Amino acid sequence: MNPGGALRVTTTVASALALAVATTSCDSSDGPASGRVTIRISTFSNMGFNTSGLFEEYERLHPGITIEEDNAADEATYWQALQPKLSSGQGLGDIVSVEVGRIRTIAGSKAGMFADLSQAPGVRADSFYPWKWDQAEAEDGRVLGLGTDIGPMAVCYRKDLFRQAGLPTQRDAVGDLWAAGWERYVDVGERFQKQTEDKSLRFMDTGNGLYNAMIFGQTTSYYDSSGKLVHDSNPGVRRAYDLAARANASGMTARLQQFQTNWRKSFSAAKFATVVCPSWMLGQISQAAGPGGEGQWDIARAPAPANWGGSFLTVPENSEVRGEAEKLAAWLTDPAQQAKTFADASAGNFPSSRTAAAGPSVAGTRSRYFSDAPVGRIFGAAAKDMPTLNIGPDQGLITNAISSGLTRVEQQGMNPDESWRQSLGEVESAIGKD
Amino acid sequence: MASPLAPTSSARRGRRYRWGLKITPYTYVAPFFVLFGAFGLYPLAYTAWLSLHDVQLVELNALSWTGLGNYDDLLTSPRFWKATLNTISIGVISAVPQLLMALGLAHLLNYRLRGALMWRVASLVPYATSAGAAALFFQFAFSRDFGLVNWALHSLGLGPVDWEGGTLSSQLAVSAIVIWRWTGYNALLFLAAIQAIPQERYEAAALDGASRRQQLLYVTIPGIRPTIVFTIVISTIGSIQLFGEPLIFGGGSQAVQGGADGQYQTLGLLLYQTGWANGNAGRASALAWLMFLLIILIALTQAVVARRARRR
Repeated sequence: MNPGGALRVTTTVASALALAVATTSCDSSDGPASGRVTIRISTFSNMGFNTSGLFEEYERLHPGITIEEDNAADEATYWQALQPKLSSGQGLGDIVSVEVGRIRTIAGSKAGMFADLSQAPGVRADSFYPWKWDQAEAEDGRVLGLGTDIGPMAVCYRKDLFRQAGLPTQRDAVGDLWAAGWERYVDVGERFQKQTEDKSLRFMDTGNGLYNAMIFGQTTSYYDSSGKLVHDSNPGVRRAYDLAARANASGMTARLQQFQTNWRKSFSAAKFATVVCPSWMLGQISQAAGPGGEGQWDIARAPAPANWGGSFLTVPENSEVRGEAEKLAAWLTDPAQQAKTFADASAGNFPSSRTAAAGPSVAGTRSRYFSDAPVGRIFGAAAKDMPTLNIGPDQGLITNAISSGLTRVEQQGMNPDESWRQSLGEVESAIGKD
Repeated sequence: MASPLAPTSSARRGRRYRWGLKITPYTYVAPFFVLFGAFGLYPLAYTAWLSLHDVQLVELNALSWTGLGNYDDLLTSPRFWKATLNTISIGVISAVPQLLMALGLAHLLNYRLRGALMWRVASLVPYATSAGAAALFFQFAFSRDFGLVNWALHSLGLGPVDWEGGTLSSQLAVSAIVIWRWTGYNALLFLAAIQAIPQERYEAAALDGASRRQQLLYVTIPGIRPTIVFTIVISTIGSIQLFGEPLIFGGGSQAVQGGADGQYQTLGLLLYQTGWANGNAGRASALAWLMFLLIILIALTQAVVARRARRR
C-alpha cells in the first residue's frame, strides 16, 4: 500500500497550478474600497506635470487621492506598449496621454473605448484653441481628449555664428530675413555657407525639421478634409519635401538625426547656426547646449505659423475611478495649470489653452537662456494664426517614411526623386491596410 | 460484516494506487508541458492563425481572412529581401570570425596560464554586460562626429567614416558588437569541450613533436567536433534572430528602421517595425513564420552536412 500516492499527485498538480497562476496573474490595484483613490496616469517623455509639481499640488488639494504616474522615455516606445492594451481594452489605466499623431486612432476606431470629456466638470471648450479642441472629436461629436500642450514653431539661432557670417543678429531683423517664406530660409542658408569664415560650420541641423514646419503649417497635408489619403498627390507635401531635400543635398545641414545622441552633443560643440524649433524643443536645446550656450542662442519668428506635436489626455470608459480621473484630466488641462507647465523651463510646453496663452504669466514670459527672448509672445503669435490641419490615423507613419527619404538624400547622397519614390513605397507597405 | 467491505475498499485503494502510479510521472513533468503549451505552442499556433489574416495590433479581434496574402506581400516587398540579405551578410561577417576567435581563445585558455581564472572570467564579461550599458558604449564608439573609432582612425591619418550611413560600414559595426558580445561565450563552450579531451593525447602529440598549432588542428578540433557543430547551429539561429545589437547600434526611436535606407535592418528589426511601430500584426506574424521556416531549413541543411562530414 502506498497511501501517499494520491496525496503526492494532488500536491504536484497543485504546485503546477500555483506556478501557472503565479505567472499569469499580476493584477492588484487599489480600488476605491480601500478608502483612498488611486488615479493611474500614463505619460511619455517630459509632459511637465511632475516637474512643475502639479501632481503634488492636486494631492494636497484633494486629500485621499493618490496619483501614480507611469512614464515612458519616448513616444515611440510608449505607443508600442499602448497598442495591445488598446486592442484588449485592459490595463489602460485611468488617464492615458496621447500624442497628436495618434489621436485620430483614438478618436476613430477606438472611440467607443474612451469617455466624452467635453462634459467633464470644469472643462470649457472655448478656453482651448479651436483647432486643438476639434482634433480629438469623434464622428459622433464626443470629445475624447483634452489638449495639454501644442508645439508652435519658431527658428532658434546662434547669434555668434550669424555675426561671423555677416548676417543680422537682432531677432526681428533675423525674422525679416525669411519673412517671405521657408524658401527664403534656405536662401539665407546658402548665403551663410558662402560667407561663413569657419567652413566646418553648417547653417542648420537637418532639413527634416524644416520639412515638419512646412507640413504642419498647411490645412491639408496627408489627408484631405474627408479623411482620404492624398500624401502622394498633394503638391504641398511635395513642395515641403523638395525644399527640405534641397537643403539636405546642398551641404548646409550638419547631417544629424534629430533627438539622437549625436544631435544633442552637437549643440554644445556649436557646429550649426539654426534649428527650426517648436516650443517644447527649447528645454532640450538648453539642456544639450549647456551653460556655455546661455545668451548665445536667440529665437526668431518662423515665416509661417505651424504646429509640431502636442498631446491630449484621455480617460478610458472602463476606468474604475472614471469620475475622479475626468476631474484630474480637466484640472491638469485647465488654463491655470497649463500656465504653470509652461513656466517650468525644463519642459517648456506651450499651452493648448488660448486663455492661458493670452494670460499675462504666459504672454509675458521671456527666456533668460535664449537671450531674454519673449517666448510667450513669439509662440503665442504663431499659435494664434495656426491653420487647422486635417490629420489622420497614420500621420506619424507617413511622416516617418518621408523623413527617412530626406535622410537618405542627406546622409547617403541619394537622388531626391528616387528617394521620394522609395518613401511612397514604404508608406504603402507600412499602412497596407486595404 | 467487515469482510465484504474490506475487499471493495482495498480494491478501490488498489485501483487508486495503480492510477496514482501511472499518473504521477506525468504530473511531475506537467509543469514543463503546461508552460510550454501556454508560452511555446499556443503563441506559435496563434501567430500562424494571425498570419493568415489582415489584422492590426490595436484591433486584434477584428480578423479578416486573407489566406497567404501577408506572405505574398512580404515575398514581393523590397524591404523584406533587403532585410534577408542584411541578416545573412551580417550573420556571416559576425559568426565566422566570432567562432574562429572563440576557438583560438579556448585553445589558449586551456593551457596553464598565470591567472587562468581571471582570463576566463574576462572573456565572459561582455556576455554578462547589460545591453543598456553596451548601447551607451557602442553609440559612443561608432559616433560619426564624436566617436572613439573615428578618433583612432583620424590619428592614423584616415578620414572619418559615417558608420551608420553606409551599408558595409554599418554592417561591420553591428558585427563588431555581435563579435564582442558572443566570442567569450562560445570560447567557454569550446573550453568545456576541450577539457573533456584526455590530456594524454596532448602529451602524446607533444612527444611526437607537434607544435601548439598542430595540436589545435589535429587534437583539439577533432576532439570537439560535436561542440563545434552545436555552436555553429546556435550562432546561425542567433544570426537569423539578430535584433538587439542593430537596435543598440541605431539608438533612438528610429532604430527599428535599421537606418534611413534600411541598410542594417535585419529580419528581427523588420519584424519589430512591422508589428510594433506600424502595428500590422498579421504581416508581422507571417514574417515570424517565414523566419521560423528559414531557421528550420538552415538547421536541416546543417544536419545533413554534418552527417555527411561524419560519414567521410
